Amino acid sequence: MIQHDVVIVGAGLAGMRCALEACKELDVAVLTKVYPSRSHSGAAQGGIAASLGNVEPDSWEEHMYDTIKGGDFLNDQDAVEEYVKAAPRVIYELEHMGCIFSRTSDGKIAQRSFGGHSKPRACFSADRTGHAILHALHEQLMKNAKSVKIYNEWYMHSLIVDGDRCNGVVVSNVQTGEVEVLQAKAVVFATGGYGRVFKITSNAFASTADGVMAAFDVGLPLEDPEFVQFHPSGLYRQGILFSEAARGEGGYLLNGNGERFMEKYAPSRMELAPRDIVARAEQSEINAGRGVNGEDCIHLDLRHLGEARIMERLPQIRQLGIDFIGVDCITDCLPIQPTAHYSMGGIPTDKHCHVIRDEKGTRMNGFFAAGECACVSVHGGNRLGTNSLLEAVVFGERAGRSALEYAVGIDYGNVNEGQEKAKVLEKLEDVYQRDGSESYNDIRNEMKEVMMTHCGVFRDEEKLKICIETLKGLQERFKKGKVTDKGKLFNTEIYEVLELGNMLGMALIIASAALERKESRGGHFRTDFAIRDDANFLHHSMVFNSPEGPVIKKKSVVITKHQPAERTY
Amino acid sequence: MATFRIKRFNPEKQAEPYFEEFQLDIPSGATLLDCMNLIKWTLDGSFSYRMSCRSAICGSCAVKANGHALLACQRQAEHIVDNDETITLEPLGNMKPVKDLVVDFTPFWDKINKVKPYLEPGEAPPEKERRQSQEEFLLIDDSSTCIMCGACYSDCNVLEVDDNFLGPAALAKAQRFVGDSRDSQTLERVKELSEPGGIWDCTHCAECVERCPKPARPFDRIKEIMTVALEKGVHNNNGARHALSFFNSVKRSGNLNENRIPVESMGFFNIPGLLSLIPVGLRMFLKGKVPPIIHHSIDEVDDVKRIFKELDQ
Repeated sequence: MIQHDVVIVGAGLAGMRCALEACKELDVAVLTKVYPSRSHSGAAQGGIAASLGNVEPDSWEEHMYDTIKGGDFLNDQDAVEEYVKAAPRVIYELEHMGCIFSRTSDGKIAQRSFGGHSKPRACFSADRTGHAILHALHEQLMKNAKSVKIYNEWYMHSLIVDGDRCNGVVVSNVQTGEVEVLQAKAVVFATGGYGRVFKITSNAFASTADGVMAAFDVGLPLEDPEFVQFHPSGLYRQGILFSEAARGEGGYLLNGNGERFMEKYAPSRMELAPRDIVARAEQSEINAGRGVNGEDCIHLDLRHLGEARIMERLPQIRQLGIDFIGVDCITDCLPIQPTAHYSMGGIPTDKHCHVIRDEKGTRMNGFFAAGECACVSVHGGNRLGTNSLLEAVVFGERAGRSALEYAVGIDYGNVNEGQEKAKVLEKLEDVYQRDGSESYNDIRNEMKEVMMTHCGVFRDEEKLKICIETLKGLQERFKKGKVTDKGKLFNTEIYEVLELGNMLGMALIIASAALERKESRGGHFRTDFAIRDDANFLHHSMVFNSPEGPVIKKKSVVITKHQPAERTY
Repeated sequence: MATFRIKRFNPEKQAEPYFEEFQLDIPSGATLLDCMNLIKWTLDGSFSYRMSCRSAICGSCAVKANGHALLACQRQAEHIVDNDETITLEPLGNMKPVKDLVVDFTPFWDKINKVKPYLEPGEAPPEKERRQSQEEFLLIDDSSTCIMCGACYSDCNVLEVDDNFLGPAALAKAQRFVGDSRDSQTLERVKELSEPGGIWDCTHCAECVERCPKPARPFDRIKEIMTVALEKGVHNNNGARHALSFFNSVKRSGNLNENRIPVESMGFFNIPGLLSLIPVGLRMFLKGKVPPIIHHSIDEVDDVKRIFKELDQ
């Protein structure tokens, strides 16, 4: 049995920032199913929000209000306040660690506009901000290699819990296939999102709900899973991301008639309205037959920005367009469509990153979560662009601090190594032995398709019921699949099957919560209940596991400074 | 219908790798990675490789296609098929294969770690951000785009014969800090990077620039470190002496004094080094490869001197 004071699962921004905090006093392990530098935080492009005021005067109060309005008033405002107040400090700290930022003419961190933010507050490093921060944090981990051990290419199967305490995780070394038990005084999840359940997504192949489902499987609830963000500018058909920075720098959205259609949907903010509004506007245009050439895409037009600005501020997305579809955005428009991008929901935590196990906020001891896999909730029903990198860094640090404070004063809990290992080995053996007639590829594709068409940008009761039935059918077929690789060494097929199992579970949770929420708020839009209904739905959804399937309870929203108001842009 | 000729290897099953062919209709607009996934998901689930982001930023899916390293997600498959409608896929070079297209990255990361890949600021930070001009940012912008995919490492010609060479990725990472106005260890860094295995062991083939899927272009970064090393007076090594001797010879005569360069590269007082040249010299003599004893300037040497003078200004 391997022992570490603190075990962090996930090595993106939240996981690594967490490790840097916890390793100040404790022995820390970071577990990742890829390598730290391959984490999906690195794909974030446009920026990280903070009211530095380097370009225009700004304040945390404005950042707070923008975030809450952007989230359609479902955010927990006490958490939002602490989060936006911490923003400038954590960004200065990143800069001090060596993170590279684009600069203003007087050498300060440059800032630009982003959707839903009333001030230019996105600090950025060209159009690869996530990459810059990810590598800066990885550099710091390499510097602190004595107190942080990184387990590259290890897969986490399950949480080890004993009553109301978490004692470790069961993991596999992907390279050897060996199953190991990792005992810890504190476990932190920073496992990212689950956008792969949708057909069109910006997410990496690794974003498959492993963390959230491991929590759900030990009886913990998931909060607000119905709130999934569709990013307005995914590359047509592929879904990969073209940064919102393209619109922040002044890009236009055009429908098939060449019209800047955002005039109709958000006249004051135009292309820089929050993402849920822009994505719905795009989908409405497409559904009305006004896509480009009648297809399911609209145009992102950057031509008027000019070559110099594109090369300075958006070089990477220009290259993406050239490499992936042979379109140079200096001379031509990019075809885009809404793409599943970010999970506002996740493992419920309090504002100190302690995972909570019920709607009353009771803590699960020794278990913490931060970043996209967690739901604090600072984003409410819809996250503003550049707020996710900030969330990962602010709450990554907090999770590290909380885990440290918890683990310093406590001994290891009881772990029955043989029993924990046997449970996972049994599950693995079941998958290895599957020799049915179903194709996992078909099951995966059908899940992604039904989630996109029936639980996507626009939802209604009928579609969601069909979606849930389809998913239940897929879960049955999942048991009758076929595995061809029976080896232990670097068996990626086995992990893909496990990931698919997690995604099928998560998809059902998303659709079930979406069916229950009979209103439209933020990223969740019901065509049969097209307006926000504060009287009946100003609460968080808490989804619990039960033998009959997901059960949904309510958790109240923390409102301190801003009463819910009409949300127009 | 295209043929994917894939190098398969599973040490649990066979001792040696072998090639296996798969036939696939390349869907319109499919990347190479899309095709690899189709093969895995519809033809042979045991086909193993790394992948994650699909957008050329995570660096997982670097493989060799038709003999050269590239990112599978970044290329349209139909752009890679050769004249025989075939794409040959192999694991990256200069690293040990683990299974199929998966290789062991341990030596790659060990070398990244060797260059102290983190900022070493001299003094306590200010309350807010350190100031850095846009020009200073641009000095480290390119190297910061490295995604650690290993494509350069795979195809580096020096690494093929010299395991001790840090390699293009680690040296590009080193430039990220050598060039950073916020770092206090520039001199110490370039001294260490001038040791054997460092910048001067690069043979300037620029293969890494060809293979780099990002603007990191390692050889360009290596040249930048060389420039800083020479400017900082870190001359006490064969590589720097060789570069300076080369430079001075061209400046003086317009061509290379091939008798002088090896001696100057070793250093006049480096007796063991000079003695080590003798066997090479003898072999050259026996094969009739010794350059003329008396070194002549080229006819247009004045023009060369004028060029140097203008460059100086």
